[in-house]
Amino acid sequence: MHTLTVAQLMQGLRDKQFSSTEVTQCLLQRIGELDAQYNSFITVDADRALAQARAADQRLEQGQTTPLTGIPVAHKDIFCTEGVRTSCGSRMLDNFAPPYDATVIKQFHDAGAVVLGKTNMDEFAMGSSNESSFYGAVRNPWDTGRVPGGSSGGSAAAVAACLAPAATGTDTGGSIRQPAALCGITGLKPTYGRVSRLGMIAFASSLDQGGPMARSAEDCALLLNAMAGHDPLDSTSAEAPVPNYTEHLGDSLEGLRVGLPREYFSEGLDAATGECIQTALKELEARGATLVDVSLPHTQLTVPTYYIIAPAEASTNLSRFDGVRYGHRCDDPKDLHDLYTRTREEGFGDEVKRRILVGTYALSAGYYDAYYKKAQQVRRLIKQDFTQCFDEVDILAGPTTPGPAFGLGEKSDDPVSMYLEDIYTLAVNLAGLPAMSVPAGFVGGLPVGLQLIGRHFDESRLLNVAHQYQQHTDWHLQRPDSAAGGSN
Amino acid sequence: MAWETVIGLEVHLQLATRSKIFSGSATNFGAAPNTQANAVDLAMPGMLPVLNEQAVAFAVKFGLGIGAEIGKRSVFDRKNYFYPDLPKGYQISQFEAPIVGRGVFEITLSDGSTRDIGITRAHLEEDAGKSLHEDFHGLSGIDLNRAGTPLLEIVSEPDIRNAEEAVAYLKALHSLVTYLGISDGNMAEGSMRCDINISLRPQGTETLGTRAEIKNVNSFRFVEKAIQHEFDRQADILDDGGTVVQETRLYDAERDETRPMRSKEVANDYRYFPEPDLLPVVIDDAYIENLRKDLPELPVQKRQRFTEAYGLSTYDAGVLADSRALADYFEAVTKRCGDAKIAANWVQVELLGQLNKSELSIGDSPVSADKLGGLIERILDNSISGKIAKQVFEAMWQGEGSADEIIEARGLKQVSDSGELEALVDEVIASSAAQVQQYLEADEGKRKKLVGYFVGQVMKLSKGQANPKMVNELLAKKLV
Repeated sequence: MHTLTVAQLMQGLRDKQFSSTEVTQCLLQRIGELDAQYNSFITVDADRALAQARAADQRLEQGQTTPLTGIPVAHKDIFCTEGVRTSCGSRMLDNFAPPYDATVIKQFHDAGAVVLGKTNMDEFAMGSSNESSFYGAVRNPWDTGRVPGGSSGGSAAAVAACLAPAATGTDTGGSIRQPAALCGITGLKPTYGRVSRLGMIAFASSLDQGGPMARSAEDCALLLNAMAGHDPLDSTSAEAPVPNYTEHLGDSLEGLRVGLPREYFSEGLDAATGECIQTALKELEARGATLVDVSLPHTQLTVPTYYIIAPAEASTNLSRFDGVRYGHRCDDPKDLHDLYTRTREEGFGDEVKRRILVGTYALSAGYYDAYYKKAQQVRRLIKQDFTQCFDEVDILAGPTTPGPAFGLGEKSDDPVSMYLEDIYTLAVNLAGLPAMSVPAGFVGGLPVGLQLIGRHFDESRLLNVAHQYQQHTDWHLQRPDSAAGGSN
Repeated sequence: MAWETVIGLEVHLQLATRSKIFSGSATNFGAAPNTQANAVDLAMPGMLPVLNEQAVAFAVKFGLGIGAEIGKRSVFDRKNYFYPDLPKGYQISQFEAPIVGRGVFEITLSDGSTRDIGITRAHLEEDAGKSLHEDFHGLSGIDLNRAGTPLLEIVSEPDIRNAEEAVAYLKALHSLVTYLGISDGNMAEGSMRCDINISLRPQGTETLGTRAEIKNVNSFRFVEKAIQHEFDRQADILDDGGTVVQETRLYDAERDETRPMRSKEVANDYRYFPEPDLLPVVIDDAYIENLRKDLPELPVQKRQRFTEAYGLSTYDAGVLADSRALADYFEAVTKRCGDAKIAANWVQVELLGQLNKSELSIGDSPVSADKLGGLIERILDNSISGKIAKQVFEAMWQGEGSADEIIEARGLKQVSDSGELEALVDEVIASSAAQVQQYLEADEGKRKKLVGYFVGQVMKLSKGQANPKMVNELLAKKLV
């Protein structure tokens, strides 16, 4: 039961092959049995999950069903959940239970889904290895000595280890796609503005975007159907009409023009990973697609650009964590200054502090023009690169990451090498485009992800390509050995 | 040396929107602490601002009111600093692209002359909450009711030269914004707060001196005193050959002095950058024209109309056009009674006198415009004398009804019956033999004075109700 996709679970629930309570119970049991080795969940509220499942079963019984009725999902601990701790992976919010649900949480609730729990993540979504969490590192189900990627590492590991059929994630510079690639699952980062950011704790407001993580493109489409849409309470959310994302899954790829940015296949890309990607591209070709050589000339500038803009926004987004109204507060502050400095010193981890410092510096008087303003100018050039490519092709394809999962601790002392991990994913956020990572093979037993990048609001096309690819490959059906035990 | 004062004012105006600028919380004054602060105002994690369209409309109306350029694409920025009453750790404001650009504003001084004061810009921003330092036993209380209240910060050019001009500017601004209905302008409740930038330079020179910024000046009177005080302070320094330090000072109304703010109270690098949670505000011409169409007649136009259409003096027109409510009241009185000059006189002398004495605003007047007009009608048709009218006004103020009701109830109607008056005149003449003798012996010039005695006696006898014109005529006829 635990290996079923969302689509299969929906069918099974409708056909009364099993109940939501049974599925939920099975998954909760697996979390209890197996998650000690992954640490993918921060909070599991079994009672609440089972109550929701029983209520879903009643609705199923009465035939009052919504699209995801009774489907258990896990939520990244960055989405506020009413009455349930929402830590954002930080000591700062270890004691924080919001009095409201994020819009995304409400949407899943309205669609009838069951909340299994809240998944582990890099602190405030800052990281590419899920090692910066206050709750400890998450381990990759394919090799527990390696990282799952980040920052949505808990969601990726939970889905890969079949502790949840699907999960939500957020992607600011690759935080859905990179862990999806390293854990061998399918993840979609929607167009900026497609999914509401209300109640999603902000890292970098102009880059953050929530999206689905699941075991197939079809499942991502089903989840995106629930998540997408305009939210009047998020001024940056788009009013563009929401299509049914499953509608075009079956379309043929005949005539599809796939651009291959040559900068994504150059030095820095692990050779074996590159081969997996080439094989995947051949598969697309076999399905009728044409491969076109294209260029994203400003690729080299994406890492420095991103690491100005994201920390700049983060440095002020995180100012609200001051110990005054909620969250961590230091003991016995002597005065206001002491309250601020000790609260933030104790509440934030090193990576968060590093980014607050970088961002504060970039926005400072005398440096603003040289850093932040310049970065915004380069950001426009990066966007233009994509616009020009999309004049010629329908989607872009390439690797999600330069290589497979690296070892725990391997890059923690070298932030720059860690930042380079996101070289192929950052530009998408800077340009606000939708992109996916799809399982495309293995290197040394570790999953490799194929990245697909689309035009603004062209998620349907990405899902169509990914789904067609998955109809002819079985990489997404592989399960890690570590998840073989446990209840089923 | 003779110093010239150079003053620029920054006015923070609370806009009269029902809800806050970026959240749905109410903006009422005086609510219990933290009862008008929701998750957005508290800067709870994941909360996002949504711009209140009404605040934008109010800002544009202000821009139109001063003939300013309207920012077709204005941008919100974050102004970053830490303070407990600033929940997000940044204030959402506008820095590089404000919603209102350059404009000009005419002020009238006490001698009737006018001056143009330049407006540099006006931008939208959110107010902070309040820190309360008393009654918390060594701790501070934070009230976030005010956090997120919409403000329009109006920045003037350094065109103001003295305290009188500064106060005239503020009063004119107050008048404009209340006319526009974009603010209640209530200074006591902090709806209009003022920062003063002030520097001195030798008379006749053009270069600006080093300025001090005086914060937190919240009444017209304090503005006057703060400027006077700061002028003295800076002049003393300069006269002694010293230099003024550029700094932020606080006006302490209790001690009537300005003093430097502690350095901790002054953040020096606000790290402004565009607010990524809000899109730029794009305004098209249709939107602006729609608002322009609905603009009321503004104080300057109204003053002009009052002098031209009603023949009022510039001074009277200025007083009556000062507030929209007073101007409307005056016009309603005029409409009822048909005589603008008498109406203007009654509104300014009797009505405003009573209102000031009772500390009431025009909106709270117990005498409606219609009632006052009804009273003036009775003066005009000679039913009562001006003197009796004052009694009737007193009674109306006490709520005794309309002028006619009071005149009737108290029997105050002027006696114009010639028979009745003749009897009274005869009685007075009969009992004043000596005065009659004196009158008859006097020349034409003295007689004019002496007749007053007889009029007075008749009025006394009639309890003031005799028609003075008729009494005069009768006396002239009988005293021969």
